[in-house]
Amino acid sequence: MSQHEEQHTQHSVGYGRYILIWLGLLAFTGITVTLAGIDLGRWVIITSLVIASIKSILVLNVFMHLKFEDKMFKIFVLVAVATLVIFISLTFFDYAFY
Amino acid sequence: MTTAAATHTHRDDVGSRMGMWLFLFTELILFGGLFIVYAVYRFKFPEQFQLAARELDTLVGTVNTIILLTSSLTVAMSITAIQQGKKHLSMMLIGMTIIFALAFLVNKYFEWSHKISIGIYPQSPELLNKPQGEILYFGLYYVMTGLHALHVIIGMVVLLFSMVFIATGKINQQSYVKLEAGGLYWHLVDIIWIFLFPLFYLIS
Repeated sequence: MSQHEEQHTQHSVGYGRYILIWLGLLAFTGITVTLAGIDLGRWVIITSLVIASIKSILVLNVFMHLKFEDKMFKIFVLVAVATLVIFISLTFFDYAFY
Repeated sequence: MTTAAATHTHRDDVGSRMGMWLFLFTELILFGGLFIVYAVYRFKFPEQFQLAARELDTLVGTVNTIILLTSSLTVAMSITAIQQGKKHLSMMLIGMTIIFALAFLVNKYFEWSHKISIGIYPQSPELLNKPQGEILYFGLYYVMTGLHALHVIIGMVVLLFSMVFIATGKINQQSYVKLEAGGLYWHLVDIIWIFLFPLFYLIS
């Protein structure tokens, strides 16, 4: 049984790597707050969404172990996120172009 | 071989995690619907959204962001600890996560109380006098951060159970998928906040 469970045990991530990712997340938080302080006009929404996406990718890949999961997990996540993006962009066909 | 196969049917950690991820997708769609509403109204009332966002304290939002990011770190580390068989370290890290969650909620409590004390809450006469875009902004603010705070509370309960399960040995070095599922939920709550923070606090 113990031999078999080897298969179940997941890739273990060291503390150092987690702390590195955490520092990165804090740095990106600093950047997004600083950028919001500067008047970038309509670019603010784009920069803050790009930074939020980068932060999410870090959390998904390392904290949530997506990087070490089967390919199927990654496909699922892509499909879910793509669905949401399609919903949001199609909504704007109703509001932005009429 | 047959015993191995039998064990396998009883424990499928990959399947358990997959199930958790599928649940997380439903959460994504739940919040996604609200993000669509936000996107449309922000598109329709860009200036009023900016004006309304001035009422929010960027510092409080930033502190809460740091708290949640750190809580994600501690819950991720608690899984490494249990993988290494360090039961007490793992429990301590989960305990820290719960304390961070509490700190987040305390901040939220003071933030909401302040808003309410200056007359900004759904259906308040003060708010109804404001232009439509500002009313919508604060409506979305209360619904979205409120739903998020509810998730923080649920996450705390889930993590509390994980702690008890480690103490009783139900979660151990060989079997910790329950803790992984709790951690995944917690990270999702963190990701939602990663988007809520700039959309509500950083647009003025």
